[in-house]
Amino acid sequence: MTFTVQFLIDVLSLGGAYALMALGLVIVYGILKLVNFAYGELIMVAGYAMFLMGGSGLPWLVMAGVAVIMAVIAGIATDYVAFRPVRAKSVTAVLITSFAFSTLLQNAALLFISPRPRPVPLPDIFSQTVTIFGAITPVRNLITIVAAIVLLALFAWLMRRTVLGIAMRAAATNFTMARMLGVPANLIITSAFAISGFLAGVVGLLWIGRIGTVVPGIGLEPLLVAFIATVIGGMRSMTGAVIGGFLLALIDTTLNYTLSQELLKFRDAFTFSLVILILLWRPDGLIKGPASGQRT
Amino acid sequence: MLEVNDLEVRYGAIRAVRGVSLKADTGELVAILGANGAGKSSTLMCIAGALKAAGGSIRLDGQDVTSANPEKMVRAGVATVPETRDVFPDLTVTENLTLGSYTRRSDRAGVTEDRERMLALFPRLAERAAQPAGTLSGGEQQMLVIARAMMSRPKVLLLDEPSLGLAPVIVDQIFEMIRTLKQSGLTIVLVEQNARKALSVADRAYVMRLGKIAASGTAAEIGAATDLSALYLGG
Repeated sequence: MTFTVQFLIDVLSLGGAYALMALGLVIVYGILKLVNFAYGELIMVAGYAMFLMGGSGLPWLVMAGVAVIMAVIAGIATDYVAFRPVRAKSVTAVLITSFAFSTLLQNAALLFISPRPRPVPLPDIFSQTVTIFGAITPVRNLITIVAAIVLLALFAWLMRRTVLGIAMRAAATNFTMARMLGVPANLIITSAFAISGFLAGVVGLLWIGRIGTVVPGIGLEPLLVAFIATVIGGMRSMTGAVIGGFLLALIDTTLNYTLSQELLKFRDAFTFSLVILILLWRPDGLIKGPASGQRT
Repeated sequence: MLEVNDLEVRYGAIRAVRGVSLKADTGELVAILGANGAGKSSTLMCIAGALKAAGGSIRLDGQDVTSANPEKMVRAGVATVPETRDVFPDLTVTENLTLGSYTRRSDRAGVTEDRERMLALFPRLAERAAQPAGTLSGGEQQMLVIARAMMSRPKVLLLDEPSLGLAPVIVDQIFEMIRTLKQSGLTIVLVEQNARKALSVADRAYVMRLGKIAASGTAAEIGAATDLSALYLGG
C-alpha cells in the first residue's frame, strides 16, 4: 500500500509537470507547425525572475505571479523576435531564429547574471513533507499534482468553451480557413505564445522548486522532455501531449524504482530505447491528430 | 456592390488570372463558368483575400479592398465557401457554426439566434449538432460550410464549386438552398463547372477561358449563345 501510494504520487507529480511542459510546446506547434526551440528559456526566465526578486521581501505568491508574467512576456517576445519576421518565409528560417533567440537568452543570463547556480526563493511548504498512508511525500509533489489538475482543467475549458479556444483549435487544423472566417492570424498566434509562456512559467516554478536553484541551461531538460512527450503522444494532438507527458513520467519513475544503483545513471538510455519502441509501434504517436480529411 | 477591375493573379511565373473585370450588384447572383484551370477559383480566392493580387483592383461598396487579408474581408462583409469544403473536422457542428460568427462574437444573443435559424434551415445539421464535423457526409459538410459562412451575416457570399463531388440529388438540394439565399437579398458570386445548374439560378454569368473573360451576359444569353460543352473541352 505504502509503496503503491508512493509510486502513484511520484508518477502523477512528475507526469503533471511533464504534461504541462508538453502542452506549452504543442499549443504553438499545433498552430504554426513549428517547434519553438526557445521554449526552455521561458522556464529559465521565470527562474531568474524569482532569483532577482529574492530578498525583495515581497510575499512569495506575488513573486511567483511576477515570474509567470515575465515568462508570458518572454513567450510573446519569442513570437515578435523569432517567429513573426520570418514566419511567412521558410520553416528553416524560423528553426534558426528560434534557436538563436534561445541562445541569446541563455547567453544574456550567462553574461549578466552568472554561469553558476543561483538560489531561488521558495516558501517553506516546498521543503516540508507529509505522510500519506505511510508514504513520506514532499508537499511540493502534491502541489504539482494539484497545479497540473487545475491547469489542465482550465486549459480544457478554455479550448472547449471559449470562442478564442475554439478558434485556436480551428486554426490548428486549417489556418487559412480560420482566417477566411475572420479569425485574425496574429491574435491567435500571440495567444498561443502567451499560453505557452504561462504554462512554462508555472512549470518553471514547480520544476525549479525541486532543485532550488536556477542555471542558464535549466531549460534544456524541460524542452527535451516536452519534445519527447509530444512526439510519443502525437504532435498534432493536445490530448496526446498530456498523455505523452504522463507516459514518459511513468517510464522514468518505473526505471527509477527498478534499476540498480549502477544502472541508474544510464536511465535516459533505457527511457529513449522505450521511446524508440513506442515510435516503431505507432510512428504518428499514440493519439492521431484531428482528422485532416475532408470528404468529397 | 462588388467590382473587380483588370485583376491579375500569379503563382510564381504562371499567370492564372489575366486582367479579369467583373461586377456584382446588390442582390444579384453572378456565375463564373469555365473549364478546369480557367482561373475561376483563383479569381474568387483573390477576392476573398486568400491570394494576393498581382495587379488590378477589387472594390466593395466603392471601397478599395485589393489584397486585404482574409480576416479583413470577412469584417467588410464578404464570406467565402472554398471548393475544398473546409469544415473543421474535429470541431462539432455547433462549434463550426460558432466560429462562423467570430467577427460578431460580442453579439451573443444575435449569434445564438442565427445559429438556431441555421439549424432550423438545415434539419440534417440540427440532428448532428453535437457530432464532430468530420463525421458528416459530403453533402452535409457542404451545407455546414455554407451555413457557417452565413453566420457572419455577409453582404456578399463567394461560393466555389458547391456541387463538386456530390450526388445529383444533393446538388439539387444545394442549389435550392442557393436560390433561397438569393431571395433573401444576398449578393452571391458562384463559381461552377456545372454550367447548366449555375445558369438556372444566376442572373448574369461570365465565362472564363485561360485566365480571361471569354464571354459575359445574362444567364439566358450565355445559356443560349454558348455551346456549353465547348466550355469544358477548352474550345
